[in-house]
Amino acid sequence: MIIELGHFALILALGVAIVQSVVPVMGAARNNHAWMAVARPAALAQFVLVAGAMAALTYAYVTSDFTVINVIENSHTDKPLLYKVTGVWGNHEGSMLLWVFILAICSAAVALFSSNLPRALRARVLAVQGMISVGFLLFILFTSNPFLRIFDPPQNGHGLNPVLQDPGLAFHPPFLYLGYVGFSVSFAFAVAALIEGRVDAAWARWVRPWALASWCALTIGIALGSWWAYYTLGWGGWWFWDPVENASFMPWLVGTALIHSAIVVEKRDTLKSWTILLAILTFSLSLVGTFLVRSGVLTSVHAFAVDPARGTFILLLLLVAIGGSLSLYAVRAPALQSGGVFAPISREGALVLNNILLTSAAATVFLGTLYPLFLDAVGGPKITVGPPYFDKTFGPIMVPVMIAMAGGPMLAWKRGDLLGAAQRLWAAFAIALIVTLGCLYATYGGPVLAVLGLGLAAFTAMGALIEWTDRLKLFRIPLRDSLRRAVNLPRSAYGMMFAHLGLAISAAGIAASAFSVERIEVVKLGGTLEIGGYTMHLSKVDQIPGPNYVAEDATIDIMRNGALVWIAHPQRRFFTVQQQTTSLTAIRSSLLADLYVAIGESDGQGGWTIRAYYKPLISWTWLGALIMAGGGIVSLSDRRWRVGAASRSRAAAAAQPAA
Amino acid sequence: MSRILASLALLAALALPALAVEPNERLADPVLEGRARTLSKGLRCMVCQNESIDESGADLARDVRVKLRERLTAGDTDEAAVRFIVDRYGKFVLLNPPIEPATYVLWFSPVVILGVATGGILAAIRRRKAAATPPPPLDAAEQARLAALMQESDS
Repeated sequence: MIIELGHFALILALGVAIVQSVVPVMGAARNNHAWMAVARPAALAQFVLVAGAMAALTYAYVTSDFTVINVIENSHTDKPLLYKVTGVWGNHEGSMLLWVFILAICSAAVALFSSNLPRALRARVLAVQGMISVGFLLFILFTSNPFLRIFDPPQNGHGLNPVLQDPGLAFHPPFLYLGYVGFSVSFAFAVAALIEGRVDAAWARWVRPWALASWCALTIGIALGSWWAYYTLGWGGWWFWDPVENASFMPWLVGTALIHSAIVVEKRDTLKSWTILLAILTFSLSLVGTFLVRSGVLTSVHAFAVDPARGTFILLLLLVAIGGSLSLYAVRAPALQSGGVFAPISREGALVLNNILLTSAAATVFLGTLYPLFLDAVGGPKITVGPPYFDKTFGPIMVPVMIAMAGGPMLAWKRGDLLGAAQRLWAAFAIALIVTLGCLYATYGGPVLAVLGLGLAAFTAMGALIEWTDRLKLFRIPLRDSLRRAVNLPRSAYGMMFAHLGLAISAAGIAASAFSVERIEVVKLGGTLEIGGYTMHLSKVDQIPGPNYVAEDATIDIMRNGALVWIAHPQRRFFTVQQQTTSLTAIRSSLLADLYVAIGESDGQGGWTIRAYYKPLISWTWLGALIMAGGGIVSLSDRRWRVGAASRSRAAAAAQPAA
Repeated sequence: MSRILASLALLAALALPALAVEPNERLADPVLEGRARTLSKGLRCMVCQNESIDESGADLARDVRVKLRERLTAGDTDEAAVRFIVDRYGKFVLLNPPIEPATYVLWFSPVVILGVATGGILAAIRRRKAAATPPPPLDAAEQARLAALMQESDS
């Protein structure tokens, strides 16, 4: 019964979405207030209905209702409750429902918090959101329905892929989708602005927080995915330039360009049509990303044909959404009034440079990801584009990005002084040089490129810090005054500092991975293995039963200079339902280095393959990503975004003086 | 009996997925082994999704790793050893696609995109600046006419 209610709610949501996407736009075109006003209740109703559908599917999973095909295919009674819940989106149908659910949340949020938005703009934005919703609901209901039942239910389900039964991966999709779908709001604003033919600072002020929040979620999502790969795959890899990773990385790159170029629209009233284009591209890439992963086209062009209905639908949806918005852009963008002029060497210029580099980087990733498919489709040779390609093309583009990140904020708006910026950065040059030489000395004979990368990261980090200390006038005015300045500095300034610092920290972690040390040995019970100054002693291997798996649990005593520092418990888990093995690595993280142990299979003679890694600074990779996302959140908390905050405080101040 | 045990062990090894490079595959000579590791990071496991043979646990990847090491031990250069694999499995195994007519677009597009974007933006900035330059000052005749007009409106 509850399943049917959920199914029915989803169908109703489609009806509401159709109304939401048609009536308000017509109202806006005819200046009919009543029609425009439909948008808000429609968005809220859609939220309630989709939330109901989501709840119904979750209920089916939690109660292990094996009359639902989707639950049979992806769940099992023995599965821990957490993974019963996260199993809802651990499959194609459920993840599409999650997508629409997040879209409904975003639409409802726009509907609720947009009372100060011009009536027509609000109606159009919500209508565009409605159109996206129509597309996805049609896709779910006609090709990927999670509510289908089966008569004669089986005793138990097939269970969730063991690889997905992990906290890191359980919460990876929601964050990723929050990012993808959040960008739909900037997209809706962009399309609405194109329809109206007007973009101003107020528009940018509306778009930027949405883009920023989505960007933060996407950053966290990507970092979670990469961290999961690191601790679960058992050999310390964490980024593979895999098409699935690239699919989430492309919207991140273009989204990063978007949040920067929106600053220029807001502060300088220029780069409007470019920002609109970025908003469209970011969401288009999010759509492509969602579908690349979901359609199976990545495995091979031919996998597309396995389920022709889904494949065709996806192509059609992409064509309408991306083609439609880009056509609208081509027709309407030239009419957008552009504002202030600026010299190539200026803050605007630096942000434009950042935009060029980031979009080119995204184009490179796009090309590398889809080129084999493209070549295959036109009958060319079968080729593989792997990490070496991305290292050679994407890597070099990131070098000027990091230099510009340090220098850009030092330039004035309109017309900057390159020499002056370079002079302000002398300390950064000096420290980068010291870091480079120091590391070169310490790792003599090691990879030189990685050392240069560390130096570059130090430069960018120092650039971010110098920009901050300059704003405080540290050491140039009394410390007390500097402190006062530090408190009064807008949160967005701190946001930028943290975000740039975070990227530098990530870059350092990535560069340092070249210094990782690996030991793979067969170790007998009671035997030892040496790595990075540590001695690993395999003392025993036990069989431990888990809720839905059997684990081989190794006890490895790790000693340094004869003193016990850590007892590691790497496991190999055998999932009985799926007949699959996963590895649970033991990692001792510190800011300096990670010690990483995984246990392989037994040689049948009392020996076990032990994989041990000593990875300097590796945790900085994810720490940096978190700091980056934190910077975004700090910037979001800036009081300027809380629309009306300034006028409220002014009103309060006006009321005061009488006292 | 020992033969039965050995075949049982073999069966067990086949049933459980192995993880990447196993200790027993490795060469004793560290220089040779180092070369083998570097090369196998650039070769794709044909039956996996986007994994090098160095990372993959698949049996086929293991076979290629062993073959590669055999070639190196036999005295092949890096190029010859890779060519040996490519001759048998095709260019598909190269994670680093060779630069050839079919991949020109792939390899040169990043440079072209960067160049075109930079050129386009610089041109746009210049164009906008040119459009925004203030009009030239009035010449003598225009000055006289302006003065006359001002006087007219005064009177």
